[in-house]
Amino acid sequence: MQVQLSHPARTIEIKGPKKAKDLFKELNLVVEAHLIIRGDELVTEDEMLYDQDQIEIRPVISGGSPRFTSHE
Amino acid sequence: MNCTKCKIRAVIDLPRHNAAFCKGCFNIYAHDQVSRAIKSEKMFGKDDRILVAVSGGKDSLALWDILLKMGYKADALYVNLGIGGYSDVSHAKVVNFSETVAAPHGAVLHVHTVEQEAGAGIKELAMLIHRPTCSTCGTIKRYQFNRVALAHKYDVMATGHNLDDEAARLLGNVLRWQEEYLDKQSPSLPASLDGFAKKVKPLFRLSERELAAYSVLNRIDYIVEECPMAKGARTLLYKEVLNRLETESPGTKQAFYCGFLDKQRKPEASSTTMAEKDQAMLHPCSVCQQPTTADVCSYCKMMARAKTHSV
Repeated sequence: MQVQLSHPARTIEIKGPKKAKDLFKELNLVVEAHLIIRGDELVTEDEMLYDQDQIEIRPVISGGSPRFTSHE
Repeated sequence: MNCTKCKIRAVIDLPRHNAAFCKGCFNIYAHDQVSRAIKSEKMFGKDDRILVAVSGGKDSLALWDILLKMGYKADALYVNLGIGGYSDVSHAKVVNFSETVAAPHGAVLHVHTVEQEAGAGIKELAMLIHRPTCSTCGTIKRYQFNRVALAHKYDVMATGHNLDDEAARLLGNVLRWQEEYLDKQSPSLPASLDGFAKKVKPLFRLSERELAAYSVLNRIDYIVEECPMAKGARTLLYKEVLNRLETESPGTKQAFYCGFLDKQRKPEASSTTMAEKDQAMLHPCSVCQQPTTADVCSYCKMMARAKTHSV
């Protein structure tokens, strides 16, 4: 399956079938910091992914400065 | 995995709630969390005019979307920081959302462009004044949001800070014992007499992953790329650490931040020291005379049990 990753943007090929949670493990990614999108639909960790699937692993973390710490 | 509520195929699992939801039930969950935040912190009512600070990212656009769908009067302000292509893309995402989603609700988008006023983008400004870019950015955003909120007589200003943002900042403040910041880390800061608008964070009960999921499920076109200026920011490190803890022990971030808020709400604990408490509770063990809170100390009880079993 084709797996699209970010930061930096790249596409890699992973052999299926494989459960989404095993894909996370293989890529050493933390589930809490990512979403898995197949086509344009979200999938849960126990979903089976196949060779013909287009997968995006989207990071969800953002932020730089401690925004609006106070009124000052 | 099926939806915990309606049993059809789930699209997201939420380990911290031991639940999984389909799109419909997840939207109900997200709106309910925001509603609980607004009510518990007395943020605003249906008649109040709200100014949402939008950046083109998932959190702020999701916040604007949720507030409009819940029937609140919410306009927005976008500050174009002049970070080259990144600002161009984020600006376009905000305008697109404003025209396609917000305008049909009667909502208005205000825009402030840093380059037009200052003659330079955020990066150049930060270099001129020898300050970190993120710090300069924070100062400009806070100033402009407050200015617009007061100029247009908004009752309250809302930002898209989520559970991860608040937990990460709390961790940073606790690690350095910055107590003056701890006092101010409430999701609702009242308006002040000296000209600061009321500020609220209605998303503090939703995690970053949940807000990204909300945006994907509701086809909100947001900027996925990280701000190039935020690379290496300490906040990102704190979030990474907290997410590792959350994966091993779901609910950690919520327990950390919401537990802090609960403690803040409770009246000051008595000033009794641990030594004073000990003196009030301790007395000699009836067997060995060592101090204990019970009649027989736990050591003597354990040894008595061991002797009984060894016989």
